[in-house]
Amino acid sequence: MVLALLQNRIRNFLRELGELAEITGEAVASIRHRRPSWKDFIAQLHFVGVKSQSVVITTGAATGMVLCAQTYFQFHKVKMDTATGAVVSVGMSSELGPVLACLMLTARVGAAMAAELGTMKVTEQIDALRTLATHPVDYLVVPRLIACTVAAPLLTAEAVVVGITASWLVGVHLLGIDSAYYLANMNRYTSPEDILTGLIKSTLFGAAIAMVGCYKGLTCRGGAEGVGRATTEAVVSSSITILVANFFLTLFLTRLFKV
Amino acid sequence: MIEVRNVTKRFGTQEVLKGASLRIDRGEAVVIIGRSGGGKSVLLKHLVALLQPDSGQVLVDGQNLCALTERELLRVRRKFGMLFQGAALFDSLTVFENVAFVLERERTHTPAEIKRLVAEALEWVELPGIENKKPAELSGGMRKRVGLARAIVYRPEILLYDEPTTGLDPVAGANIDGLIRRVWEKLNVTSIAVTHDMPSARRISNRILMLRDGVIYADGPTNDILSSTDPVVNHFVNGIPSGKTTF
Ligand SMILES: Nc1ncnc2c1ncn2[C@@H]1O[C@H](COP(=O)(O)OP(=O)(O)OP(=O)(O)O)[C@@H](O)[C@H]1O
Ligand SMILES: [Mg+2]
Repeated sequence: MVLALLQNRIRNFLRELGELAEITGEAVASIRHRRPSWKDFIAQLHFVGVKSQSVVITTGAATGMVLCAQTYFQFHKVKMDTATGAVVSVGMSSELGPVLACLMLTARVGAAMAAELGTMKVTEQIDALRTLATHPVDYLVVPRLIACTVAAPLLTAEAVVVGITASWLVGVHLLGIDSAYYLANMNRYTSPEDILTGLIKSTLFGAAIAMVGCYKGLTCRGGAEGVGRATTEAVVSSSITILVANFFLTLFLTRLFKV
Repeated sequence: MIEVRNVTKRFGTQEVLKGASLRIDRGEAVVIIGRSGGGKSVLLKHLVALLQPDSGQVLVDGQNLCALTERELLRVRRKFGMLFQGAALFDSLTVFENVAFVLERERTHTPAEIKRLVAEALEWVELPGIENKKPAELSGGMRKRVGLARAIVYRPEILLYDEPTTGLDPVAGANIDGLIRRVWEKLNVTSIAVTHDMPSARRISNRILMLRDGVIYADGPTNDILSSTDPVVNHFVNGIPSGKTTF
């Protein structure tokens, strides 16, 4: 009984993974062979990139500040106050920046994509699109995929910069760390690889957010309830994807940059 | 020419089509009738391969739709215009963008031409000048007519109408029937409509197919079907209760 249920779960998971791979392949093929529409891409970029800034900036600032304060409290005990900036900047640019910014992006953008495409699906608008000789992947998925892939690293960079600035304000002006040491240690211990790691991660996360959101929307069924379910599933699946992928990307990218 | 051969379709345990076969030649005007929930919309969707049959074949101009990929199907679908039962307008786009959808994506017309064609199509459905409204601002009947304009504006060869007149007042309904008739006569299309409305069926068709229990039960010229002596057909077209209802 339990085994059968588990078997079913695993089978469903693998089937969904297969379908997701298929539609991703379709999207990549579409980008390579067809001219994506600039107008749709710009509209999506505005929605994904421009309108997500307040959320991302807030997240970046809050994370930078709290990370700085907490690191300082611990480091102060062992008289390493000035290393706080280094911890914040490495942590922000390679781990917390991409993960948190993209989690926020999932909640805002991935959910909206799943809800919009899901509603289109249950009101037969996707079918209408197909009868109007337009492939849903070309018209709906491709602009969203490109917009998310472009916007995610930019938003992450923004979150990191804001976070580090906020941490400097907290560290120097609130906690009294010497600014020169704070910045010098930060520069010394943060390598370009840390920043590159964050950007590579967030690019991949951005693509994943768009693909999972679109996939859940396009395969949605069963009225308003189905749209709700698709939205929840999109957020949960993308978030887990980001967290799991982040771990393996950290291992992989550190190896890569060492050689 | 459209040919459906022994198509079966089930959703879960519910068998909707049980071996339906039909053949519609170029230039015919056909109406499909049948009970509500009987699978008429499902049958119509098979003709444009929005649904794939579990078994059987659908052929359009000799091409088996079941053997084509989604991309190859797009080219076949360009021959079709379809009015959905719920209109299915894109609600993020304006009426103009909805109606102009195919024309704008094909890039074969100049913006001025597109504007003229869209205005003309909206004129046909008696909704001139609503280009800048959003679908959410329209009534159900208006949405249906915009859906109709979207289906005919790019001059497809085959038009599928899913209940074109339901939800319209009698006058608007009769006008839409007139439009469907004119489109059929003037643009030389194949016209396939689903309807429950017998006066409308009489106006827009020269042949009627009746879907019952998942198969085509009756098939003949409009007048023959409407005056049929077959009890099942007769009861349906004259709206006689099935007699099973008890209180
Ligand atoms: N996508 C679907 N998933 C599951 N069941 C479906 C689906 N589409 C249709 N059905 C079922 O198939 C049956 C036929 O539906 P269909 O929409 O074709 O009826 P219809 O003849 O068009 O009725 P009406 O005249 O009321 O529009 C219904 O019982 C419906 O529940
Ligand atoms: Mg129907």
